[in-house]
Amino acid sequence: MTAIAVAQLALFLALLLALARPLGAYLVRVHGGEARLAGRVLGPVERLIYRAAGVRADEDMPWQRYAASVLVFNLAGALALYLLQRAQSALPLNPQGFAAVSPEVSFNTAVSFVTNTNWQAYAGESTMSHLTQMLGLTVQSFVSAATGIAVLFALARGFARQSAEGLGSFWVDLTRATLYVLLPLSVVVALFFVSQGAAQTLAGSVTVHSVQGADQVVSLGPVASQEAIKLIGTNGGGFFNANSAHPFENPTALSNLVQMLSIFLVPAALCFMFGRLVGSEAQGWAILGAMVALFVPLAVAVIAAEQAGNPALGALSVAQQAGNLEGKEVRFGAVGSALFTAVTTSASCGAVNAMLDSFTPLGGLVPMWLMQLGEIVFGGVGSGLYGMLMYAIIAVFVAGLMVGRTPEYLGKKIEAFEMKMASLVILFPAATVLLGTAIACVVPAGTEPLGNPGAHGFSEILYAFTSGTNNNGSAFGGLTASGRFYAVAIGLAMLIGRFWVIVPVLAIAGSLAKQRLVPAGPGTLPTHTPLFVAMLVGTIVLVGALTFLPALALGPIVEHLQQAAR
Amino acid sequence: MSNIEQQPRPLFVGPIVRAALVDAVKKLDPRRMARNPVMFVVELGSVFTTALFVHAAVTGQGDAPAGFILAVAAWLWMTVLFANFAEAMAEGRGKAQADALRQARRDVPARRLRKGASSEVLSAPAARAAALEEVPSPSLRLGDVVFVAEGELIPADGEILEGVASVDESAITGESAPVIRESGGDRSAVTGGTRVLSDWLVVRVTTNPGEAFLDRMIAMVEGAKRKKTPNEIALDVLLAGLTIVFLLATVTLLPFSRYAVASSGQGSPASLTVLVALLVCLIPTTIGGLLSAIGIAGMDRMIQANVIATSGRAVEAAGDVDVLLLDKTGTITLGNRQASELLPAPGVDERELADAAQLSSLADETPEGRSIVVLAKARFGLRARELEATGAAFVPFTAQTRMSGVDLGGRRIRKGATDAVARFVEEAGGRFPAEVRAIVEQVAREGATPLVVADGARVLGVVRLKDVVKGGIRERFGELRRIGIKTVMITGDNPLTAAAIAAEAGVDDFLAEATPEAKLEMIRSYQAKGHLVAMTGDGTNDAPALAQADVAVAMNTGTQAAKEAGNMVDLDSNPTKLLSIVEIGKQIGSESGTQIRPVGQSAVVWQPGSTHM
Repeated sequence: MTAIAVAQLALFLALLLALARPLGAYLVRVHGGEARLAGRVLGPVERLIYRAAGVRADEDMPWQRYAASVLVFNLAGALALYLLQRAQSALPLNPQGFAAVSPEVSFNTAVSFVTNTNWQAYAGESTMSHLTQMLGLTVQSFVSAATGIAVLFALARGFARQSAEGLGSFWVDLTRATLYVLLPLSVVVALFFVSQGAAQTLAGSVTVHSVQGADQVVSLGPVASQEAIKLIGTNGGGFFNANSAHPFENPTALSNLVQMLSIFLVPAALCFMFGRLVGSEAQGWAILGAMVALFVPLAVAVIAAEQAGNPALGALSVAQQAGNLEGKEVRFGAVGSALFTAVTTSASCGAVNAMLDSFTPLGGLVPMWLMQLGEIVFGGVGSGLYGMLMYAIIAVFVAGLMVGRTPEYLGKKIEAFEMKMASLVILFPAATVLLGTAIACVVPAGTEPLGNPGAHGFSEILYAFTSGTNNNGSAFGGLTASGRFYAVAIGLAMLIGRFWVIVPVLAIAGSLAKQRLVPAGPGTLPTHTPLFVAMLVGTIVLVGALTFLPALALGPIVEHLQQAAR
Repeated sequence: MSNIEQQPRPLFVGPIVRAALVDAVKKLDPRRMARNPVMFVVELGSVFTTALFVHAAVTGQGDAPAGFILAVAAWLWMTVLFANFAEAMAEGRGKAQADALRQARRDVPARRLRKGASSEVLSAPAARAAALEEVPSPSLRLGDVVFVAEGELIPADGEILEGVASVDESAITGESAPVIRESGGDRSAVTGGTRVLSDWLVVRVTTNPGEAFLDRMIAMVEGAKRKKTPNEIALDVLLAGLTIVFLLATVTLLPFSRYAVASSGQGSPASLTVLVALLVCLIPTTIGGLLSAIGIAGMDRMIQANVIATSGRAVEAAGDVDVLLLDKTGTITLGNRQASELLPAPGVDERELADAAQLSSLADETPEGRSIVVLAKARFGLRARELEATGAAFVPFTAQTRMSGVDLGGRRIRKGATDAVARFVEEAGGRFPAEVRAIVEQVAREGATPLVVADGARVLGVVRLKDVVKGGIRERFGELRRIGIKTVMITGDNPLTAAAIAAEAGVDDFLAEATPEAKLEMIRSYQAKGHLVAMTGDGTNDAPALAQADVAVAMNTGTQAAKEAGNMVDLDSNPTKLLSIVEIGKQIGSESGTQIRPVGQSAVVWQPGSTHM
């Protein structure tokens, strides 16, 4: 790893912390409905929405009702998005005259955007009309991210409240997260991208006469605006098929840095918010510390692997001072691409600025494992932190029992019910990835769409189910995902990975809210110390490694060994 | 006295190890293994690999080389057996403690009252022999009445019907000083295996053989009746969840490797033996195997503190308790009262009162008497004088006179209870002044004990005897408050006195003029607010509150009803032990910087009234 790479990583983290902390303080006010300046400007809009939707702003939902609201809202969103795609040929704002999207891809895409996954089984610029992109995909990019934030708000209330039945109102949380957080941030970031040269127009495409004398169709559209929420909301669904590698999405090295910051900004800020809401910012620092402690070594691993280059090329005496550049944009280089990949897979964003299929085996292993940890290293907006808190509950429980302390986290007792729900949060995604991959390995419909045979082909399947289940949405490439088998299988994986986590999380939130706060004493395991951070990281790494190492061994690891042996 | 710091017991003791080795094999019974999902999976894996080995050995072409399968199978069996062994060891250590107690209840001859005979005849020594028959103790049944004479062992747990005796309970409590047991009241329970040192007792047997609480404890430690604690249940859930995850990780490896081999055309798929071995490596066998041993160890720690927990739930609750209900007398204050103030009668100098009170107490060796001497010296510098030199005659306290004092020259100085002194004064031709009576009433109203001093026909005044808060108890309560535990003093005193003592002792709250109903009500209200409440009790009237409390420590000297209602029994019958129990539950104390020890008090001291709230 070169000095430049170290400097890039350090600059990125420093900027992130500098921005996330004040945003965290702002999120605390949004959570409580006390945003000052934004409240004056957007407050009337908020109240108008409540009046129009018939929502009582002071409603206090028990967890079952909160969860039901989440499910109903998302089901309605998915249905609307499905119908929009099926009917896009008959609807306006379709300058290129695209036909209706096929049923299985429509299902897959609807689920994908509702679950904040943004797995794309289609090429955006040649499949989706502007109306579908704006009214369907972009809207879901906002509200699926806001759903994640809302669920986290509810969980934070579960910790902060005592002897309470309610977790707040999902409708209010959803509205506030969209209106006060995602919308303003997106406007700022979108304008920045436009300044860097990203496209933003309602025109369909232009035909240019190239230097070589041929005519070339250049697709255009409202790119910058979708780009902003794609990153801020850790969605990852790009306007173009090439995603953030496309110069109209991510034009410059500076825009690349801002893209990475945008991905981590809200997940990091939510840690600070959570710490403050439970009464101690140190608790937020501890969680963020665990995230950084997991992220940095893994990011370094990807960067090092990509900078080292391909041994097969090295054997042919090809100079690789710039590292492995196959499938990478020259304006980002190996470091900019590798760091972006680590960022986008540790957060459940899934935007890509390079072709992962062309990464070195180890460079491809790390992003896969980052997702398999459950998208909790920063993770998706809201979803990353609530997933991490499930691990914190398990770590407190196990560590507490080991040292003979009462298992309490943030003043709440961890009992059989919490353990049951936290176990489900680990069990369902892991089971979905493993079983999904296993089925795909044995049915012809699973192995036929592969672009490569052998271990690399296996990596492609494993990556697809990993990315879908953990709601990342990035693609390894090489696998044709638009076929019926993968469209349906990955669609189901995304549903399980999203909602079979959200419901147990809300159940825990409800159970915690009912409890009284136990004052901390010498019998309490402190959860803001480096020791606890180490235990938390240890728990995550252990569970993640033990669950997926056997599978990874047959994919990237064996490929690496084969490559080295050749 | 016994306390928390017991001698460390050696880890490996021959008989325990041998018994545990046998138990480890017995525990392979799948019905018992199913209680522990993780080890159950390992056992299934052991059986499966053994079957694979037999298949490979018979057919010659098995899943993997036969020797390899055998090695894996042997390793898995060892894992299961070791886990069973660890559990059996933990149980064995508890059993050893129980056995030590059980030695006390070896079979002894018992003298049982013949059927139809009245227990009253036993009071008359002459008629006894005819009414009694000799039987071995195991044949005693609930309701039988036995006679125990001086020097004999009490054959079974029971309730004293008649008699007063000093009993050596060292076999159970480790306390060498004998204790007084008598019929009626809260001190009427006797435990089988203890020895009557003086006098005789008529005891009604309250348990059938095998049902004594010692037997129940043994059954519990042996695992037959042990209930899992909430933490164990939660851990079981987590372990089961992880086991399923890792089971999937292993099972899916079979299609993965088949695909890899088919796709690349080289290598061979993973064998079933390897997959089973991998599964056992992945699932949390260590913690799963030792879990029940850990649970038993918690109960064992209590046993080492001479507290027998009758449920694992109670041990765990002890760690979570945040409200302690403490009886004032014996726990917060010393059982003995001390002179704190001299209140002279009208026209009497306080110094004269002090002088007379001191003279009357010089030969009085009771703590109260000595405290009067000390008070007089502190107030007026009156030195203790040699009574012999002055030709004084000491008049000791008797239950009839209820006074003590001294005859010195012509002076007859007496101190004692108000009505006794009043009678003495009136007999001497004096009059008991109304002002003194008012002082007496005032002192009594404040919860202190008034002691009236008279010299012949003249009443000199009143000595106030007040409760003395134990040294260090305030700091200890402060310690508890810091770890979030609220202390509540329970007392029969009036609110005024209770408030004063509560303030002095530094408790967070108090319940004055407590009745059993008020106590029960208080526990319920704390529990309704989400608190876990711990208390001690020994009387039958404590039973409802004991049954309601989350941690209810019954005194071993208490009545059978109290012991049945509580979920722990303190063999030392020391109400202060409650603090230690909570500290054990929270695992603080000896290893933390602030070492908390039981406040020095002999384990079983017969103090009239010390257990009344």
